[in-house]
Amino acid sequence: MQLTLLALILALLTVIGFMIGRSRAAASVGGRVAELHSVPSYHGVYVALWAGLPALLLFVAWTASEGWLAMQLVLSALPERLTTGDGQSVALLKADILNLARGISTGREADPLVVGAARRYAALRDLAGWSLLAVGASLAVAGLAWGRHRIGPDLRARPAVERVVRVALVVCSLVAILTTVGIVLSLLFEALRFFSVVSPLDFLFGTHWSPQMAMRADQVGSSGSFGAIPLFAGTLLITVIAMAVAVPVGLMAAIYMSEYAGRGVRTWLKPALEILAGIPTVVYGFFAALTMAPFVRSVGEAVGLDVSSESALAAGIVMGVMIIPFVSSLSDDVINAVPQSLRDGSYGLGATKSETIKQVVLPAALPGIVAAVMLAVSRAIGETMIVTMASGLTANMTANPLQAVTTVTTQIATLLVGDQEFDSPKTLSAFGLGLVLFLVTLCLNMVALRVVRTYREKYD
Amino acid sequence: MTDLVERDAAAVTPSPAPSASPKSRLRSEAFARRLRARHAAERRFRLAGAAAVALAALMLVLLLGSIVAKGASAFLEARIRLEVTLDPAEVADRNYTALLRRALYAQFPQVTDRAGKRVLNDLLSSGAPYELEAMVAKNPALAGTTLTVWVRADDQIDQLVKGAYRRDLPESERGISDARIAAADALLASGALAQGFNTTLFTAGDSREPEQAGIGGAIAGSLLTLLVTMALSVPTGIAAAVYLEEFAPKNRWTDLIEVNINNLAAVPSIIFGLLGLAVFLGFFGMPRSAPLVGGLVMALMTLPVIIIASRVALKAVPPSIRQAALGIGASPLQTVLHHVLPLAMPGILTGTIIGMARALGETAPLLMIGMVAFIVDVPHGLTDSATVLPVQIYMWADSPERAFTERTSVAILILLGVLILLNGAAVILRKIFERRW
Repeated sequence: MQLTLLALILALLTVIGFMIGRSRAAASVGGRVAELHSVPSYHGVYVALWAGLPALLLFVAWTASEGWLAMQLVLSALPERLTTGDGQSVALLKADILNLARGISTGREADPLVVGAARRYAALRDLAGWSLLAVGASLAVAGLAWGRHRIGPDLRARPAVERVVRVALVVCSLVAILTTVGIVLSLLFEALRFFSVVSPLDFLFGTHWSPQMAMRADQVGSSGSFGAIPLFAGTLLITVIAMAVAVPVGLMAAIYMSEYAGRGVRTWLKPALEILAGIPTVVYGFFAALTMAPFVRSVGEAVGLDVSSESALAAGIVMGVMIIPFVSSLSDDVINAVPQSLRDGSYGLGATKSETIKQVVLPAALPGIVAAVMLAVSRAIGETMIVTMASGLTANMTANPLQAVTTVTTQIATLLVGDQEFDSPKTLSAFGLGLVLFLVTLCLNMVALRVVRTYREKYD
Repeated sequence: MTDLVERDAAAVTPSPAPSASPKSRLRSEAFARRLRARHAAERRFRLAGAAAVALAALMLVLLLGSIVAKGASAFLEARIRLEVTLDPAEVADRNYTALLRRALYAQFPQVTDRAGKRVLNDLLSSGAPYELEAMVAKNPALAGTTLTVWVRADDQIDQLVKGAYRRDLPESERGISDARIAAADALLASGALAQGFNTTLFTAGDSREPEQAGIGGAIAGSLLTLLVTMALSVPTGIAAAVYLEEFAPKNRWTDLIEVNINNLAAVPSIIFGLLGLAVFLGFFGMPRSAPLVGGLVMALMTLPVIIIASRVALKAVPPSIRQAALGIGASPLQTVLHHVLPLAMPGILTGTIIGMARALGETAPLLMIGMVAFIVDVPHGLTDSATVLPVQIYMWADSPERAFTERTSVAILILLGVLILLNGAAVILRKIFERRW
């Protein structure tokens, strides 16, 4: 409520600031705008920035710290027996206060002290909202007045505005860096918490995966084991199947389209492949689970094989189909980048088209094709929905594509879906898997992108 | 290549008859055989290429075909016609279930025992009383009158009408009892059971009962999420592209940013979900299942796509435009904002649409941040609990009821329709505004 109001007030003040700045700039030189250092509209933007920017920065800083501050105030008012203790009980207390303050029942009889704290917390948040509104609005008005005061024929409004815009541009391009830093830090931080419970060696080289943790100490099967080798094996198996489908088909399709197909055929084929590339992965997952898996199973039964209903083969084939357009469009680019002079030279020596392709074009394009395949592998390893929907959950260590296997991404998805406490090794193990996944795909991508880059430079 | 040359050279040198002209050597039996073999290899290779393309096309047809075949029937739903007498006392008690049942029993005067009545009760959807209640709530004057209403049938009856059950199987294997089939057949014969356009599908939120479940809530959630994504990633992406392409000095830092963006575009989407879970939910304490958080995660995910596309578009604007603008006294920023950016806009727009289409179809990261919850209400705000269309598809695909398979397929059809429209728009935009300098 208060936020919407503040946003409206700020938007309004910014627009007003722009108009005031523009008209005042013109007025300050009696309408002879050529005497101004900058065009009047830059003066307008100058005042608008003074009105909007400080208030916006305050707003960001305020909302980032408000909840935390209010919680600290509330906690400091509670008796010490509640707020001391291990991290888990304090976290639970905080969650209770938050839920009660939002009017969500915690599902158990709440301590009257906690209820009181929740009420105080809600009141504090409300107060903070209104004071933010008041402070933000007055800051905006003050900024507007200051900006308006500065306006005159000698004000270098354009350079000032341009400086702000350039800073904004730099900040925007830093968002990408920040995202990477955020990914690395969050994965590392949570994975380290996981590795403080489970040794990294057991995780990376253990051969048994059953991510259960005991609720009680004496529970049967209380020791969960976090050996990730079966997951890596399952991922590898499905990736190999997918590549066995995608690489030959994708590569041959790319060769056909770039070397053989006429214009008419190409105008139809390219969009068809683009449609295949644009289909969401959840649709492929549905197709794999409800059409491909039963089909594979019935074919297997017809020839007398025992096929699991969630076979790695079905998931792998569909994943391969998903990756075909990826491989073919990357290879298409690479093949088209091979200079025509190489082909002409080969034809001049009497080679047929297929001989030229096999012995001249493909060797020349090989680095690019290898890079394309690496990117495709990285895609297959990171693909989640198809395997979550069509492959199993049991951690089988097998090379038999007719059995059910599970993959890294499937486990991450199933471990983290649903309401779970954040600090059990079971959920934290997902971050350990995520870290491995991130590092492996990062290496593949880095190498592949570098190869593509040097390859392009070679023929440009 | 070299190997090819040597082979032909070898074919030429050991020619036995010195008197024969080169022309006759080319007519020799061995040469003709070799040529035939090479041409056959050529044909085989070409065929393999065509087969690969055909296989990909076949898969596309198979995929779309299987989904259309499964989903087309979901546009219709079975409804039952009832003559309901709205007894004012029952209406006051809001006992609509009894009213509906009484009307249904009236159509089967021969059924008197409890078991038979239970079969009849189960013909109606458990949501049917609410439909009637909504009707009365809209028009309170209806109380006391008798009116003809069409209410939703149970999902099994719906599937029976659509022919999903095989009547030739014995009762135990069929999944639907003989008594229900008989009752439904009687209604069909009297015209009181018929199919109509399925409006529930488009307006309702999720439900455990297939006949009451719709994708209205998921579509609203998708729109809200996409709104946040677009509001964040489009301006940021374009600004980043403008900086990197037009202003950034070429040094180690900008090189790092560039490598970083290219890598980010290839990071598996589920990793972004982990980021959202750890940072937005864990660190900042944002609400679970909210379109706001979903949109934030998607924005980070689509950002590299938009930056890369925008940079390509900016690069395509010829330097002469910039030089002309600078020459008549525009500042560098004015040059970019007034001249370069407008000229690059069609390309940027195309890239943006493709990025948005990808965000619309993405599922995995949203599972991580709790958008996979069972949510009945249609969301209205950015912090309401919501789900999105792909996640709804994922959840329904897991449901055992036959009617959910049908609904999953139709949800996929709608999602694919929107995506094809978006991609088509991108292609058309590119065609219209494409400009060669």
